[in-house]
Order: sequence, then structure tokens, then C-alpha cells
Amino acid sequence: MELSGIASYLISFLTFAGVYAVLALGLNMQWGFTGQFNIGIAGFFAVGAYTSAILTTPSSPAYLGGFGMPFLVGLAGAVIASTLLGLVVGLITARLRTDYLAIASIGIAEMVRLFVKNEDWLTNGVRGIAGIERPFADTVLDSPFVYLVIVALFVAGVYFLVERAYASPWGRVLRAIRENEPATAAAGKSIAGFRLQAFVLGSAIMGLGGGLYAHFFGFLSPEAFMPLYGTFLVWVMLIAGGSGNNRGAILGAVLVWGVWSGTELLTGLLPTEHATQGAALRVLLIGVLLQVILVTRPEGVFPEKPPKLITRKR
Amino acid sequence: MTDILQLLIYGLVLGSVLTMGAIGVSMIFGILRFAHFAHGDFMTLGAYLGLSFISAFGLSSWWALPAAMVGMAVIAVFIDQVLYRRIRRTQPVILLIASFGMALILRSLVQLIWGSDNQTYTSGIQFPWQLDWLGGMRLKPDHLWIMLISLGLVAGVHLFLTRTRLGKAMRAMSDNMDLALISGIPAERVIMVTWVIGGALAGAAGVFLGIDTRLHPVMGWTTLLPVFAAAILGGIGRPYGAIAGGMIIGVSMEMSTLLIPAAYKPAVAFAIMVGMLILRPQGIFKGTV
Repeated sequence: MELSGIASYLISFLTFAGVYAVLALGLNMQWGFTGQFNIGIAGFFAVGAYTSAILTTPSSPAYLGGFGMPFLVGLAGAVIASTLLGLVVGLITARLRTDYLAIASIGIAEMVRLFVKNEDWLTNGVRGIAGIERPFADTVLDSPFVYLVIVALFVAGVYFLVERAYASPWGRVLRAIRENEPATAAAGKSIAGFRLQAFVLGSAIMGLGGGLYAHFFGFLSPEAFMPLYGTFLVWVMLIAGGSGNNRGAILGAVLVWGVWSGTELLTGLLPTEHATQGAALRVLLIGVLLQVILVTRPEGVFPEKPPKLITRKR
Repeated sequence: MTDILQLLIYGLVLGSVLTMGAIGVSMIFGILRFAHFAHGDFMTLGAYLGLSFISAFGLSSWWALPAAMVGMAVIAVFIDQVLYRRIRRTQPVILLIASFGMALILRSLVQLIWGSDNQTYTSGIQFPWQLDWLGGMRLKPDHLWIMLISLGLVAGVHLFLTRTRLGKAMRAMSDNMDLALISGIPAERVIMVTWVIGGALAGAAGVFLGIDTRLHPVMGWTTLLPVFAAAILGGIGRPYGAIAGGMIIGVSMEMSTLLIPAAYKPAVAFAIMVGMLILRPQGIFKGTV
């Protein structure tokens, strides 16, 4: 009994870490590669999660949906919805300084949350959407462990794609924009165009993360998409792991999720009347952790390593 | 008609709060070149400092204002010296991340110290004046004070920027950093004064917000988006633009309740900001893009 409890905790821990790893890889595309500052991750995450939930749940009078579509269709919908949102935000901000993107993205995340909270017909408002099923429901494969494997496969797939993108000429342009924008423009690259592509791709990956989250957790409510959980943790993960490094993004997700869950175990020991204080203390610790990393080791655990130059053999 | 006038008053009160925040955001952006995301939580912390001050000495609610302003000026300089100064040498965008983290640190501190329940400066309701010559419109004394005091603070900032050496140095640094530095402007002093003013005004905004409504740990964070919208609308890096921006955003947010549900008030600020970013990203008064 004890052992199976630990095993199921571990499975749930790793699945969460996997979902966050997908988000961190999406952010790495935007921030690590291109230097675009998105602090509206929670918005893209929420759009992905809700799209997938609405597409896959059985029909309900309380909210739009009840399409009962399969898991993969839900995920595809999540990716498409967040791509569209990313396209809109990107089109507005691609030609501006990244501070404007930061401000606009925080706005978009708040708007998404307000919308989800107030438009009951679409999302069931604060009551949330329950009963989102895992893939292979009602078969032998419907288990947390199988879902962990599925999430791991998605993490691996996304990692493979962004790693290829990083080493490609396209990724090189992104890094050039990050390092020296005027020089890249002088080399004839369309800054706004490349920025937009990277931003939209990153948003799509975040939407995928949202979809994976919805099917793991089974229940969605606006509370889950507060900037703290959706956005801040992902940023700490990427900075801690090493922005620009995809392996760093994944490692950072596991490490920071470990710290976050570990502090939950610790504050769980506090008496219940101090529960809110405990939660605030955890946020405080993570915030201080971020500042310590920024001051002492801004490059993270795995610093960025540009790919080796390919020299042609003569 | 009375409704519209009434909403105009509420809008100007909200606009005063936003102006106080937006001037600080705009000045910090002008000097240090980063969007200060902890500004909303500066407001929150200021409001709570004021609350502790008046309850410790048993004073009336307006005494919270000087306490919050002094307290936040000191805290802003402290945070800059301890944290921001160490990472200032790298890219400004690193400061942006640090300020985002600072926002969460301050908010959780407020929750730890003061708890997460709603609090007010004074219990009981204040009776508004009925202005019969304006169609029976109501005006609370507190609202009048908020508008008058913010007018005074704005005038003070104006005098500082135009009449003092340090104020002129600040404008010079904001206009052309390199030129200002080679002409021997004491950069560290200017930065420190920027934080003093930005922090004090954020404290004032927090107290205004607390007097107008109530104190809550996320009161500042939810105001941050309209504050940024005001700063962008006025042209970021332009303190005077922030005044116009703050008033426009404040009045539009309150007026919008005639047409759409009140829950979407922040969306109005956001929509104006997005429109501005598309049409004229440098803002009304030509800020730094």
C-alpha cells in the first residue's frame, strides 16, 4: 500500500513536470531563442486546456461543447486555438520593443481569464468543466501510468522539433535577432516576420501543454490559470534550467516542480489555520529563488551551447 | 445625464489613481529602460503600510498617505540597491524578469503579514454631498480629496522636473542616455531619485485605491494593466503623457459600465492599449518605442 502510494505520487509528479516541460519548451522558443518576453503564458495555457476540454467532453447543457471528440482531436484543437491567439498577439507586437509584448501578453492572459470566468455559456464560468477523460477511457490502457508515457512521448516529440529548429538556419536567424537586431536587419532578414513565426510556434506548443494538462487533471476552472501557476513557475523553470537550452528547459521544469511540490509537503505540516500563509510562503521562496538565480547564475544550470559549426570536408 | 456626470467623477478618481502609478512606470522606463512589473504591488504594499501606520497610532485614514509615500520611497530605493542594481549592467529585459518576480515576492509578503482578507481604513460609510445644482449628483468628500491631492502631487512632479537641476538631469537622461552620461550627469543619483518619486507616487496610488474601495493583496496587481495602458497611451517614458493617459483610461473604464458588464472594465483599458499599439505605439506624446 505504502509503495503504491509513493508510485502514484511519483507518476502524478512526473506528469505535471512533463506538462510544465512542454510549456517551458514553448517559452524557450519565444524567450530563449528569440528574446521575446511573453508573460501571458497562462492565457495560452488556458486557451489550449479549455479548447481540448470543450471538444472532448460529452455534451452538457451547462456550457458549449459536448462534442465527445477523441483525445487527439482535442489536442489538435488546443494547438490551433492557441496558434490563432498567438498570431493575433504577435501581429500586434512583433515590430515593437519586447517590453510592449510583455505588457500586451499580460493583458491577453488577464482577458482570457476574465472571459473564461464570465462567459458561462462557453466555459461554465467559475464552476468549471469536470469529467475530462484521459485517452483510451474505459479500456485497459486508461491508467495514470499510460498517460505519463503519453505525456513523455509528447515532451520527447516537442523536444526533437525545437532542437531541430534551434540548429537550423531558421533558428540561427532567431538567435541573431536576439543578439543583435540591427545587424540582422542589415543582413536582409525580416525581423518582424521571424519574430512572429517564433512567437506563434511557441504559443502553439503552450496550447499543446494546456491540452495535456486538461486530460491529466480532468477538471478545469479559472483559478488554475492565475498568473502564478501558469506563467511565473514556467519562467522560473526556464531561467533556472538555462534559457536557450532545450535540455535546460526540461531539467528546469523537473527541478522547479520538485522544489514547488517539496515546499507543499513542508507547508502541509503547518496547522490548517495557517494554510494561506503557507501558500504565500511558498510563492515567496520561489520568488527569492528566481532572484538568487538571476544575480548569481543568470545562465542557468545548463547554459546555452550553440550548435557546432558544420565544416565542409574538402 | 446625471449618470454620465456621476460616472465622469468616478472616472476621474480612478484616473487619479492610474496617473499616480503611470507617472512612476513612465519615469522608470525612461531612465532604466524596462517596464517595471512590480509597480502594482508597490501600490499594494504602500496601502498596507499606511494601514499599519494609522492603526498603530490610532490616526484618521488620510494619515495613511504620508506614511505610505515615505515608506514606499524607502522600500523602492532599498529594492533597487539590493536587487535591481546588481543586474542593471546586463540587458534591461533581465530587470523585467526580476521585477516580475519581485511583484510576486511583495504580494506574498503582504499576504504573510496582513492576511488575504479584505480590509478598510475606516469602517462605516461616508455620506456624500448631494450637489443639487448639478442635477442631484453625489460627490464623496474622499473622492474630492483624492482628485485634489493627486493634482497637487502632479504639480510637484512638474516643478521638480522643470525647476531643479536633478529634475532637468532626469529629463536629459530620459531623452538621450549617452549624451547625458558624457556630460557628467550623476547617473546613480538620478536613478535613486527616480525610485524615490516612483515609489512615493505608487504608495499614494495605493492609499487612494484603499480609500476609494478596500485593501486586498491583489488590488495592485489588478490595477497594473490599466496603469501600463495609461503609460503607453501617454507615450511611455513621458511623465506628462501619463497624466493624460491615466485620465483617459480611468474615465473610459468607468463610462464603459453604461454599455458592457462591469466585470469587463479592465478589458476596456486593454482594448484602448491594443488600439494604441497598432495605430501609434509611441503614444500621444511621442514616447520611446
